[in-house]
Amino acid sequence: MKPSFGALVGAAILSISAPAIAETLTIATVNNSDMIRMQGLTSDFTAKNPDITVKWVTLEENVLRQRVTTDIATKGGQFDVLTIGTYEVPIWAKKGWLVPLDNLGADYDVADLLPKIRDAVSVDGKLYGAPFYGESSMIMYRTDLFKKAGLTMPEKPTWDFVIDAAKKLTDKSAGVYGICLRGKAGWGENMAFLTAMANSYGARWFDEKWQPQFDKPEWKKTLTTYVDLMKAAGPPGASSNGFNENLALFNAGKCAMWIDATVAASFVTNPKDSTVADRVGFALAPNAGLGKNANWLWAWNLAIPAGSKKVPAAEKFIGWATNKDYAKLVAAKEGWASAPPGTRTSLYQNPEYQKVAPFAKPTLDSIDAADPNKPTVQPVPYVGVQYAAIPEFQGIGTAVGQQFSAALSGASTVDAALAAAQSSTEREMKRAGYIK
Amino acid sequence: MARRVTARRMVVSTVAAWFFGGLIFFPILWMVLTSFKTELEAFTVPPSFLFFDWTTENYATVQERSDYFLHALNSIVIAGGSTLIAALIAVPAAWSMAFAPTKRTKDILLWMLSTKMMPAVGVLVPIYLLFKNLGLLDTRSGLIAILCLGNLPIVVWMLFTYFKEIPRDILEAARMDGATIRRELTYVLLPMAIPGIASTLLLNLILAWNEAFWTLNLSTSKAAPLTVFIASYSSPEGLFWAKLSAASTMAIAPILVLGWFCQRQLVRGLTFGAVK
Repeated sequence: MKPSFGALVGAAILSISAPAIAETLTIATVNNSDMIRMQGLTSDFTAKNPDITVKWVTLEENVLRQRVTTDIATKGGQFDVLTIGTYEVPIWAKKGWLVPLDNLGADYDVADLLPKIRDAVSVDGKLYGAPFYGESSMIMYRTDLFKKAGLTMPEKPTWDFVIDAAKKLTDKSAGVYGICLRGKAGWGENMAFLTAMANSYGARWFDEKWQPQFDKPEWKKTLTTYVDLMKAAGPPGASSNGFNENLALFNAGKCAMWIDATVAASFVTNPKDSTVADRVGFALAPNAGLGKNANWLWAWNLAIPAGSKKVPAAEKFIGWATNKDYAKLVAAKEGWASAPPGTRTSLYQNPEYQKVAPFAKPTLDSIDAADPNKPTVQPVPYVGVQYAAIPEFQGIGTAVGQQFSAALSGASTVDAALAAAQSSTEREMKRAGYIK
Repeated sequence: MARRVTARRMVVSTVAAWFFGGLIFFPILWMVLTSFKTELEAFTVPPSFLFFDWTTENYATVQERSDYFLHALNSIVIAGGSTLIAALIAVPAAWSMAFAPTKRTKDILLWMLSTKMMPAVGVLVPIYLLFKNLGLLDTRSGLIAILCLGNLPIVVWMLFTYFKEIPRDILEAARMDGATIRRELTYVLLPMAIPGIASTLLLNLILAWNEAFWTLNLSTSKAAPLTVFIASYSSPEGLFWAKLSAASTMAIAPILVLGWFCQRQLVRGLTFGAVK
């Protein structure tokens, strides 16, 4: 039988393309400086793995979340490596959407990962996301203003101290505000801060039976304290301030204290970005004497979607990007201060890192002080410090965030906001079948 | 009789027009200015307007980090392709509705418009699955198809209202002279309707250029247009305003230039039918 023309053409194409087959990994990531740095260092990976090429898809966090969720839920197979947060890892792993990462290379030291971070990205003892960088939250404060006012920041401040100091340090005529906190609505914006703050005041999102708890006195205490504090000592228009807006205010010297992500430490101490770079101190997030600090825990992780057909290559990449050697590579190119923080014990034991990063110890202490498995004073049925790791949380968290933002701006009262939060959360939890 | 326009009225209306024009243009101007600032200056409170150290480093960084020309080419192909196909379908459709209506024509027009009333995100998952099974994810042809379908109702409606204004008698006269439908369309209707078609297509081109839901969700890297390019420069944690502004300026530049040259047609198309 004569071979058909089509088969011949097919064979010809195959024979031309076969030797040149290089696997292409498509990697979805967020636009944060550590990820951009990783993108810039790709050539080191491709030099070590000449049979793999890498294509980057960098997107804004919320766009990325929607894009990647759609793809993984439909098994679209558009990505081989995903950058996802600690919120997604347990939910997606339980759905069978992620490949367990037990093959990241012989020199991948799992025991070196910070235990709290490793817990947050493991399900049933298996790692489903490899932490790329981790963060908690802490107080960043102006040492010069504290000195001038005769105040000393304790290592583990209480809310009473912070509130008192914030009021003393506020000088509205000079445009200096005692404290800058997040106010912009969103589950990852004001609710990240407020949930962590509520944890320190003994509040919780749900009781053991998934009943929302906004009608309890702990939440009222949290929100009243927050709104009163921001009215007395916060910047104007705080209800639209997120991380970036507060960073701008702090760097311009307008905030005496700012409680936010530990990654901000490298921005506020960088003289290129900050006008107060040499006058910043750090302390643990405040507590109310109940054994929990108002700090959160987050990490950006690399994971492999179950639909990927290039798992071995993806594992190689993740092994490269989250290994101990990666920090050394960054250090060699840009200095130790730029090494991705918050994932590995070895980094914090490195004297060279300690020398250039004054925020190293407070960052590590903050991460150690957060416990995603026991985030609250009273028991809860969920994991996650500043979120509850259930798929519905994004929606309800943002709805509650809008109520609380309205209470801050004065469009609503604390009581009305709490009542609305309680009823909207109850409705959603009923609809999702958690409660009857 | 036309109203007499006094000099005073003229000055007032000119000043008002410039004021509102400036007000509307200000965000774009601010974006362009920000793109020439350093990240720190872009964040300064209060912001500086013109007196800062002008720098082009953001453009260099953006250029270095992403392939602008690939994204721009994708935008041109996707916006142009979807507009062209929409025109080929919409002109005959609008013609038949305007000049050979049946009693169902109104319903069809309304039904077409109703497809625009559903939020796009409501059909994201079904469309995504369709695209996946047809192998259209991250392809230009897939994006051309979805943008063309999305904009067709508007194109048909605009052309329909435009064609309605053309006297039927002229077309009938052509028919009396023995013109076939094709000749009637190409030699009689089209020359008269060119301004309307041009402005409709221009508007469609701008809509397709700016479309940011489907293009973001259905493309990954190969077919990603400028909307994806912009989305890669925003960040919730970090300093990014100057780079984002530079990326946005680069993304809107081509369509801004096109719009500037075609503003007469645009205004005519958008206000057509307002004054009889």
